[in-house]
Amino acid sequence: MFGNLTLEAFQHDFVQTMAVMGGVVNGVLLIALITYLKKWKWLWNEWITTVDHKKIGIMYIVVVLIMFLKGFADAMLMRIQQATAAGATHPFLGSEHFQEIFSAHGATMIFFVAMGFMFGIMNLIIPLQIGARDVAFPFLNAVSFWLFTAGGMLILISLAVGHFSVSGWLSYPPLSGVEYSPNEGVDYWAWSIQISGIGSTFSGINFLVTILKMRCPGMTLMKMPIFVWSSLCAMVLVIFAFPILTATVGMLMLDRYLGMHFFTAGGGGNPMLYFNLIWAWGHPEVYILILPAFGIFSEVVPTFSEKRLFGYASMVWAMIVIAVLSFLVWLHHFFTMGASPNVNAFFGIMTMLVAIPTGVKIFNWLFTKYRGKVHFTSPMLWFFSFVLNFSVAGMTGILLAAPPVDFQVHNSLFLVAHFHGMVIGGVLFGFFAGFTYWFPKYTGFFIDERLNRMAFFCWFAGLLLAFMPLYMLGFMGATRRLDHYDPSTGWQPLFIIAALGGVIIFFGALIQFLGLFWSIYKRKENRDTTGGNPWNGRTLEWATHSPPPIYNFAFIPTVNQLDPLWADNPPKEEKREYQDIHLPEDTPVAFYIGTLCMILGFAFTWQIHWLGILCFAGILGLIIAHLSEKEKHMTITAEEVRKIEESYTKRQQTA
Amino acid sequence: MTDSLIVHHTPEPHPDTGRPDPHQDYFSMRFIGFWVYLMTDCILFTTLFITYAVLHTNTFGGPSGKDLFELKLAFGETMALLFSSVTCGLAVLAAVHQRLRASLVWLGVTITLGLSFLTMELWEFHHFYSMGHSWRESAFLSSFFTLVGTHGLHITFGLTWAGVMVGQLLYHGLTVDTFRRLVLFSLFWHFLDLIWIFIFTFVYLMGVI
Repeated sequence: MFGNLTLEAFQHDFVQTMAVMGGVVNGVLLIALITYLKKWKWLWNEWITTVDHKKIGIMYIVVVLIMFLKGFADAMLMRIQQATAAGATHPFLGSEHFQEIFSAHGATMIFFVAMGFMFGIMNLIIPLQIGARDVAFPFLNAVSFWLFTAGGMLILISLAVGHFSVSGWLSYPPLSGVEYSPNEGVDYWAWSIQISGIGSTFSGINFLVTILKMRCPGMTLMKMPIFVWSSLCAMVLVIFAFPILTATVGMLMLDRYLGMHFFTAGGGGNPMLYFNLIWAWGHPEVYILILPAFGIFSEVVPTFSEKRLFGYASMVWAMIVIAVLSFLVWLHHFFTMGASPNVNAFFGIMTMLVAIPTGVKIFNWLFTKYRGKVHFTSPMLWFFSFVLNFSVAGMTGILLAAPPVDFQVHNSLFLVAHFHGMVIGGVLFGFFAGFTYWFPKYTGFFIDERLNRMAFFCWFAGLLLAFMPLYMLGFMGATRRLDHYDPSTGWQPLFIIAALGGVIIFFGALIQFLGLFWSIYKRKENRDTTGGNPWNGRTLEWATHSPPPIYNFAFIPTVNQLDPLWADNPPKEEKREYQDIHLPEDTPVAFYIGTLCMILGFAFTWQIHWLGILCFAGILGLIIAHLSEKEKHMTITAEEVRKIEESYTKRQQTA
Repeated sequence: MTDSLIVHHTPEPHPDTGRPDPHQDYFSMRFIGFWVYLMTDCILFTTLFITYAVLHTNTFGGPSGKDLFELKLAFGETMALLFSSVTCGLAVLAAVHQRLRASLVWLGVTITLGLSFLTMELWEFHHFYSMGHSWRESAFLSSFFTLVGTHGLHITFGLTWAGVMVGQLLYHGLTVDTFRRLVLFSLFWHFLDLIWIFIFTFVYLMGVI
């Protein structure tokens, strides 16, 4: 009846029990609050069933914040463990639990924080920037979001029910095979990655078609905002890379469930094949994350320098080159595999080549600021620290790209410091900059600048303090994923400094959360009274109201050049009559599909086959039913459009 | 009605701007979206082909492709699938000319041919299995069953889709929506045919050499 699920799955050690209790109490409080405020109907009608890209974008960011809390708690536990575990006989966490935590930290942060943040911002901004009313496939967009959420929820459930994977965020075989990981951990990982990965593939298709087919009249490819270009490159990478992930994790699951021999040590299987395949996805994946961050900085820097982007065309080509190179470097993740020197040399050189287009981009941003009027707002602060961190981490990346050096520091903390410098200093700071920059656009009020700056300085100092010691530790021979070490190594002081850095980052994140809630609380005072363009931005999203009405633009804009709002000769505005606007109708089907996928993943993780098959049948039935209907649209009549537009104008005048 | 069934139609000018309005061009948007989806599927198959290429010599003491494969059966499967592609194309052609009954008949023939393909494939799988050569035996057999089985799974979904299409055509008739779905189904079916050609060449033909 319940497969492998027994009462034992609910028993945990002290730390985990407290975490579970905290989660359950918070959940109950949240449900009680919603019930008390009688907000269930609102939640269902306005959010859960929505297919509006702006609301889906906001929901992405809400889920990301929750997953970030989980991933960050994991990070803090690891820092505490390593700061205290010099030869300790009774370390803070048991070794099994420690392994679970580093596996969960990596999987959560990459798949459910970085990816989610990226899709969230893309959802919010891309249709506005290209002058469209929605994405190409609004229903599919909702399905993507709910699949993403289902995957994230599976990771959260693994905290309370049973154990998570202990084989790292990429679950290398043979450790992740059924022989060495017989329990449910790897299955939790695999199902959560599969479900959210399919969602990401759908998002990739959706945004590619949106960008290619839904640009407003006059916006040719080379007149697209640079963030749209960066997203286009990232989405092409998603389309090429994510099916590899699906197939590879699928084969690992077949090994585990059906006793196949793809990656097993016996039976003629080949574990190294898994490494190759997973990194053929994994390396493009990090560029999928960084390219949109590059795009965000390319929007932020010109706006706050009051100067057009330097070298637009070279920026576009640099991103295309990065996208192509991303598929030619995967082997640098395992130079020590024992490939021939020629193979290693090829991949080493290809990796170093990536520095060229990246350097082009850095210099383009610097030249954009040159003789511009630079405003030191918080998005720009994120940019400054990005340049520093990204350059340092980039240069250590060049070191790692040289196979002889890599043999010395492979799988050491040097590597950990390198990729955290890239992912936090590059990707996350980029998304923070974008979040702050576009916040007034999709809420209509500003985020508190003072608190935001404080958060920035905590993050900046904390990041340096947490990861610079890891570079040194890496050189001293500390490998990654250590749950304890000998005191005679002399590593402990550096680990303690790294933990202090973690604490400072914690305060940064705390201030960010406080700043967010404070800004929402004080939204009346912080209102954007400029009519939707507070920063004097130059792209189309600033041409509509803040927050944008459901149809985004009452009239589809027409552009005739790059940076339309800074145009010298904009297309003539004619007095036009409002028209009826057709938008796709809201539907709960996407939510049902996501929920069923989550239950399906849970059921197969615990080998409750009847439930899994039932869910699968349900999903299939829902898809067939939904695709057999006539497509429904709701119509916003010209009269309603006029009323909405006038209400904005009125609010403008009273402010 | 007839106009809207034309596949490559240009979007009408937008009333505001007088320029072609990208938002109205639902057909080509769906078409491109589905085409891109097929490319992601193609990469999924590519991964499985690569895996097969790496692992097909790892027979681990078990049988190799030369011992197992029967070209006659694989040729029969190929013929069934190739002809089903032809009939699928005829179903779309009939729909373009608004001939609902002919379209339904050709769709029925497509389903029959697809089912016969699937039967042959399952018979082959059962044959190997009953001889004691399951996917558990060696890496070669794991990759064989997965590659060919994934294609078979796609065929199964395709047949389900075709069944649903028959229902929709009977219920709704030939509308803009059902016509578009029929065209997308034919894209899917031709794509599976293409993948099978590669399987026939790389797995069966090269396997028996």
